[in-house]
Amino acid sequence: MIRIDIHKKLHGSHGEMNLDIKLNIKKGEFVALMGESGSGKTTLLRVLAGLEKASGSILVENVAWLGEQTLATQNRQIGFVFQDYALFDNMTVEENLLFVNDDKVLAAKLLEITELTALASRNVQGLSGGQKQRVSLCRAMMNRPKLLLMDEPLSALDPKMRSKLKNEILTMHKEFGCTTVMVSHEPSEMYQLSSRVIMLSQGKVVEDDSPKALLLKPSMGTIVDMRHKSSTSSAIVSVGQQLIEISLTPEEALTFSIGDSIEVNSSFQPS
Amino acid sequence: MFDLDFAPFLLSFKLAGITTLLLFVFSLPLAWYLSQSTSKSKPILEAITALPIVLPPSVLGFYILIVLSPNSAVGGFFEDLFGVKLVFSFTGLVVASCFYSLPFMVQPLQSGFESLNKHMLEASYLAGKSKLQTVLKVALPNIKPSLMTALIITFAHTVGEFGVVLMVGGSIPGETKVASVAIYEMVEVMEYGKAHIYSGLMVLMSFIVLLSVYIFNHKQKKIGIFS
Repeated sequence: MIRIDIHKKLHGSHGEMNLDIKLNIKKGEFVALMGESGSGKTTLLRVLAGLEKASGSILVENVAWLGEQTLATQNRQIGFVFQDYALFDNMTVEENLLFVNDDKVLAAKLLEITELTALASRNVQGLSGGQKQRVSLCRAMMNRPKLLLMDEPLSALDPKMRSKLKNEILTMHKEFGCTTVMVSHEPSEMYQLSSRVIMLSQGKVVEDDSPKALLLKPSMGTIVDMRHKSSTSSAIVSVGQQLIEISLTPEEALTFSIGDSIEVNSSFQPS
Repeated sequence: MFDLDFAPFLLSFKLAGITTLLLFVFSLPLAWYLSQSTSKSKPILEAITALPIVLPPSVLGFYILIVLSPNSAVGGFFEDLFGVKLVFSFTGLVVASCFYSLPFMVQPLQSGFESLNKHMLEASYLAGKSKLQTVLKVALPNIKPSLMTALIITFAHTVGEFGVVLMVGGSIPGETKVASVAIYEMVEVMEYGKAHIYSGLMVLMSFIVLLSVYIFNHKQKKIGIFS
């Protein structure tokens, strides 16, 4: 269990702002952090990692990381995946992993999961973005972290690489079961990976729920027109920026009129 | 042919070698601190570090002479305790050269450290590595061009020093008479032939040193782009 209760003054793009976060995260949980830029997501990760100072307390499995005494970053046993990979450019793929922990068996296993075994002795500077981020993920797992933190790990990658890495993150989470906090902007990513979504705004937690409850919201629409043909009726509904035509049964056609607000759920139909 | 004595050259290289080594050890923590610090006192430290670039060597030499002389606290301390004379001696030259060449070691290292991706250093801390391990195993290997520039320019700059050496060391053959001072004396007594050979050698060596720095850095950049 991780208990977080932190406060920090931030100088964001909207002037001064207070980061006030109170959260409990269960062991093994996969938490997605969302919120507009400048809402304090990255700062929260960095405070958890001990890379930035804050007041308050962080308690991880009854060990105080922050409180009267601060536990140094070095001693927190954290895995961190940066958006810009942040690999050690002077080392090969394998050396990047062994630098964290000289465990060749674990390194080989991680490289196998991410299909990087063939690149083990290559210098990391020559790798593609997707390969670099997979090395970064492996490196983060090398100290068998108590807490895995990922700051938009997929946002710099193309869609194909994204879905590949998404699967690898899932595999790793199943394999190692470590508590994970991931910053993301992508609803599909959060839905597929996380078991809990937390939304920050202006440095505060404003939503905290399951991905289904938080992300899968029905769209509201307004009926702008009704069409009646001899045997069928339909309503033209405005949803967001789009107009859609919805066919109605004769009974429904009698219940609705122009200007009504309705909930729209869509189902797939082969076209 | 001329009766050439290469002792001044050897002395110049010995001085430059020792100075470079000492300065590297002392400058590394300073350059690292300056690159990572956000303290308000940083500009003051930076200005002090850069002073030897703008000060006339005679001013620097004058103060070093005053501070190192046996009549001063520092000079007296060393003479009483270790029996080391700090003025008009090789040891004194090393101390003076360290001050004189300090910015040439600190500045390239500092700007190299500043250019590093901060996340890379943080990744090293997250991996449980101390600051010292991070500097030696991550930071330094990733700023090779800056490191080469710092080492070679410091060495070359120390070989080329004249004013400070003359003031602090004088011209004791085999002890403080380095190449630049030797050339000055040859010109004074109108031994132009010898002065030509010495000066020509200095030009040639300096050129080779600078050329090798630029070729190395050029190659490093290429590796960075195409790998």
